[in-house]
Formats: sequence, C-alpha cells, structure tokens
Amino acid sequence: MTGRKPGPVPSGLERYYILTDGRSAPTVEATGLDVATLIVARSAPEPGSRPEHEAILRNCRDPLSVAELGAYLELPFNVLSVLVADLLNAGGVEARDPIAGTRDGAPDLALLEEVLSGLQRL
Amino acid sequence: MDFNGFDRPAFPQRAGALHAGSRSVKVMVAGGFGTGKTTMVGSVSDIVPLTTEETLTQATVGVDDLVGVADKKSTTVSLDFGRISLNEQLVLYLFGTPGQERFWFLWNGLFKGALGAVVLVDTRRLQSSFRAIEEMERLNVPFVIALNMFPDARSYPAEEVREALAIDPHTPILTCDARDRASSRDVLIALIRHIKERSAAALEPR
Repeated sequence: MTGRKPGPVPSGLERYYILTDGRSAPTVEATGLDVATLIVARSAPEPGSRPEHEAILRNCRDPLSVAELGAYLELPFNVLSVLVADLLNAGGVEARDPIAGTRDGAPDLALLEEVLSGLQRL
Repeated sequence: MDFNGFDRPAFPQRAGALHAGSRSVKVMVAGGFGTGKTTMVGSVSDIVPLTTEETLTQATVGVDDLVGVADKKSTTVSLDFGRISLNEQLVLYLFGTPGQERFWFLWNGLFKGALGAVVLVDTRRLQSSFRAIEEMERLNVPFVIALNMFPDARSYPAEEVREALAIDPHTPILTCDARDRASSRDVLIALIRHIKERSAAALEPR
C-alpha cells in the first residue's frame, strides 16, 4: 500500500476503512438493509471471528434493529451495513425488513389496523 | 441453537428485548430545524431515545484506496429514534429526520418502506418546515401536519397554515404538544387513520 499516512491509532474514516476492509455501502440499496430492519442471530460467534461481528451476534440474540445496533456499537450505518451483510452472507444472522404499508401494490389494511390498535392501547 | 459462550452481558442500559418473532414498521418525523422532532420521538418512545449516524463522504461508491482518505470531506448525519411496542410481535420505530433536508437525498432510502410521516411545524417560523413538506410530496410519502404548540406561540387557525404552506386540502392539519406522550400518540393515530383513508380513496373505482 503506498501513500498511506502513518498514524498511531486509526480514527474516523481510516478506522472504518479498516473495519470493513475498505468496503463501503453508502446507500441503503447497496445492502438492502434499512435502519428499521431487525437483525436476529442464528448462531453463536465462531471462535476467532472478528470482534465487530461477534458484537453484532451478541447483541442480536433477540431481534434488534440496525439503528439500535448502530447506536449501541457506535458505528455509522454504512459501516454497520457492510458488517451485517458479511454475517448475512455467512448465514450467521437473519434480517427482517420493516413491513411496508402496501402489499402487492395495495394498502395493507390489516397491518394499518394492527398499528392503530397498538397505538390506541398506549 | 447453540449459544454457548454467548452470555457476555450486552449493554447495561439495554431496552427490553423484543419477542423472537417480532417484525417492525417505521414512521418518520420530519420538519424544520428546532420544530420538536427529537422531543416528539422521545415523548412517545418506550425506550430512551437513541441516535444512529451515517457518515457521508463525497465518494458515493466504494472507497478503493486509502490514498487521500484523510483529506476526504465527511459529514455525519444523525437520526434520533425511538421505539414503541405495538403488540408482542410488532414494533414501531420512529425516526426523527435530520434537520437539514439537503442531506435526505444522500441517505438513500431513508423514507422507503415507511408507513408515513409526521411533519412538525413551528407556527412562529412556518417557512422552516416548507422544504420538509415539499420533500414528502415529492417522495409520495403519506403525511399529516402537526402544529407544535410552543408555549409562546399564538394559536394559528389550521386553514391559515394550509394556505401559507400550500398544503393539499386532503392532508390533515392538527395541533399537538410534542412534549406530551398522549398528544404525540394522537398525532400518530391521526397519521395511521389518514393513511387508511387515503388508501380507501385510492381503491375506489373511478
């Protein structure tokens, strides 16, 4: 690698570069993950897996949104997306996208009704 | 499932765990800077509101090389969010959008998959939410307008606001106190009712 500026502790963008092996997913479309996507671990971390992957698995024993993971792990969304995508590809986690208000182009009235009754109980 | 060696404590202040079979829905809270978005998210949330960030760089595709990384301009856009458990299996995430609407388009898909949005308006500074309203219309996101009643704001007839901000006659305008849980909940209820009515109207034969 040429041109790399020497520095004692990587921080900021450089740290994120290292965490993701230089990959970045600046758009939601790139990984298909949404901030409200729920991530659920399907297995325990493999011995020797990288700490960030292990942290994701540890936090997703119960479903947890990508947004919450980002807040707890203090990782920006685009960096977290790459790490979660690794786990998805390896089958370590399951991802459940938020349910949209429409289904097959038609409004999902049953879902809207369910949301409404939930709010009315608050 | 083998969770051996999996029992290190997570985070001390973690919110209550979601049910294993949970699914999510999302609702956005938009509006100009200082209109009370974070306040509304916090007042109605079951959890202490959290913040998640996106680091935006000038490069929109993969960063291929470290050369010059230190010089790359980056901007952090924050999203405050909260969570409401609607029932055992369904959880609603409420996201307060960044105050600077110009960043929304950089965070692609932010509104995608959202049921709808609440646009908060401070009647003392009507124009501060104008961009947010335009964006909702452009993205075709169903929304309601909530006039956040700041203590020193004079009460403003909804129709005056509608005219001033050129709001579609079908879009509900209501008043609220974003600090109040019940009031914020009522805004969300009005939004979901509006989405249902909007859907029903769209389904009617012409």
